[in-house]
Amino acid sequence: MKYACELKRSIYIALWFILLTFPIMVVKVNTIENVIVWRWINIAGIGVGAFVLSFFWQLYLRKKMTSQQTAPEKVSILNRLIENQKIYRLALFIAGIFALIFPFVFSHYQVNIMTTALIYVMLGLGLNIEVGLAGLLDLGYVAFYAVGAYSYALLNYHFGLGFWTLLPVSALLAAFFGILVGFPVLRLRGDYLAIVTLAFAEILRLVLENWNDFSFGPSGISNIPRPGFFGMNLTLEQSAIYMYFLLIALCGLTIFVTYRLQHSRIGRAWVALREDELACQATGIDKTKAKLTAFALGAMWAGIAGVLFAAKTTFINPASFTFMESAMILSIVVLGGMGSIPGIILAALAIILLPEYLRVFSDYRMILFGAALIIMMIFRPGGLMADRRKQYEFHRSDIINKS
Amino acid sequence: MDNILEVKNLTMDFGGLRALNNVSLHIQRGEIVALIGPNGAGKTTLFNCLTGIYKPTAGDILLYPPDGKAKKISGLKINIITELGVARTFQNIRLFGGMTVLENVMIGRHTRSKSSILGAIFRPPATRSEEKTIIDKSYSILEYMGLAPLVNELANNLPYGAQRRLEIARALATDPHLLLLDEPAAGMNPQETNELDALIAQLRTDYNLSILLIEHDMKLVMNLAQNISVLDYGEEIACGTPQEIRRNPAVIKAYLGEEADAEVS
Repeated sequence: MKYACELKRSIYIALWFILLTFPIMVVKVNTIENVIVWRWINIAGIGVGAFVLSFFWQLYLRKKMTSQQTAPEKVSILNRLIENQKIYRLALFIAGIFALIFPFVFSHYQVNIMTTALIYVMLGLGLNIEVGLAGLLDLGYVAFYAVGAYSYALLNYHFGLGFWTLLPVSALLAAFFGILVGFPVLRLRGDYLAIVTLAFAEILRLVLENWNDFSFGPSGISNIPRPGFFGMNLTLEQSAIYMYFLLIALCGLTIFVTYRLQHSRIGRAWVALREDELACQATGIDKTKAKLTAFALGAMWAGIAGVLFAAKTTFINPASFTFMESAMILSIVVLGGMGSIPGIILAALAIILLPEYLRVFSDYRMILFGAALIIMMIFRPGGLMADRRKQYEFHRSDIINKS
Repeated sequence: MDNILEVKNLTMDFGGLRALNNVSLHIQRGEIVALIGPNGAGKTTLFNCLTGIYKPTAGDILLYPPDGKAKKISGLKINIITELGVARTFQNIRLFGGMTVLENVMIGRHTRSKSSILGAIFRPPATRSEEKTIIDKSYSILEYMGLAPLVNELANNLPYGAQRRLEIARALATDPHLLLLDEPAAGMNPQETNELDALIAQLRTDYNLSILLIEHDMKLVMNLAQNISVLDYGEEIACGTPQEIRRNPAVIKAYLGEEADAEVS
């Protein structure tokens, strides 16, 4: 028979699932009446379900195998769309219009979560410089975020400086901190670097948590002022809208700057560093300089995002800067596609907004979210929109350039 | 003597292992020198010392750039040595696989360009024209190396011979005056080797290069090199013209063993 092999395998998988889920799906202990209820009907459901799903999965795999033999390189639909200039411009236009009217159409709550998502867009694009371009796996990115948020909160508390003064100051402080972290880890790469950066972030968080005189410990800092708008008094709702537009503008700036950096001499050097460190040095790139600029520029955006976060929530404490945040930002970069700016924007919106909109499914929300991530990574291992190298325009020349 | 590179009593230890022992070598301007020897003789170690990947335990490496005075390069950083005009290729090809062919060569122009972070963001006319020069120059090098039809392919997807040539193209893009080739003919078929032979000879005149190459293909070495240096167990056992090396008993012994009396062909 044509599908004999798939059928046999599916039956094994169904049996295996029945065995695995037997204790939780069949046996139920009723502690009030002290009896065990055997729910045999469940096992039938699991058996059939597992069988059907695995059968279709294997059919899919088979189809994929055969199609792969015929078509070697397949560019994803999203990438093809974005490379079509007409559709790209149209999409950009629609997104722009949507972003402009969004706060006037949707509720205060919606505007707030969108603002949060935009902060993560910024964080994702910043981490993309480190992880996506320069290949420096940084698991402690949240440390720079914390530096930004705390430098705004503390400098404001002690010296009464305003949002607009402290935004560049905090960005520079975060960049400086990035270089500080960058120096000792210059020789490390890959997993070693990941562990050291993780440790740095934890050290910073523990310091913030325990150094009461400096950072007010776990109780955090409250009453951080929202950004001013020409000295006007804004209502809560107005300031949320203002915050939203501020973030749209700053995200635009982030996209512009990261795009320009990516397609410059420095961006190329970062990618070369990611591809092969030794060859990159032998081709004349200063490894130290390239790594430190990547750390500094990546950290700078985290610092800016930190200031915005502090200004938005008006309260910060160390609990906002746990490893979970770093993991979240990293998964935005990986999910979006390393080095791909549109991919990361999409991924940041998806990762932050999905759990909110999945609230309908109440208890199952995080399960669905996790499942969505797993399925994504199976079907699109390169990310939502994998980065594609730029095709440069060049001019024929008949002269051999001599040194 | 118009030396371009002088290696004086170079010694390199790895823990208790002496990989290079008192090796001396000199290359004259415009000359092709070959470095041969059995596997594990220390040829690649010498290359790594020359390019700054290893810091030699003892001895000096002096570079005489065409314009300027002698400079001691032993112990300098890798990228500084490249900047001084020493470029190399690797024995096991080390391209930037995820980048296009053109980008690989553009990376080579990095040391010869200088636009900064601010330049990258604001893209003033100076940066734009610099970028254009980088692209055009890289393209012309690729054209010269016969890789022009492949400029927008990913380096990983190139056939083997093209990858070897791309590595040389990338090295050329750094404007070297001394080119170090580490087994350029490894894995090539006889026809490709012949093409490479012609290419290297051509390169030397067109780009005013001096070339030091490691190679196991004796036909290529004998054809190209004016001088051959033979290493064995980290020691230089012979040095001279191809004719002299061909008849040198120490070299024949190193290559073929104790009782062999055949010529190295």
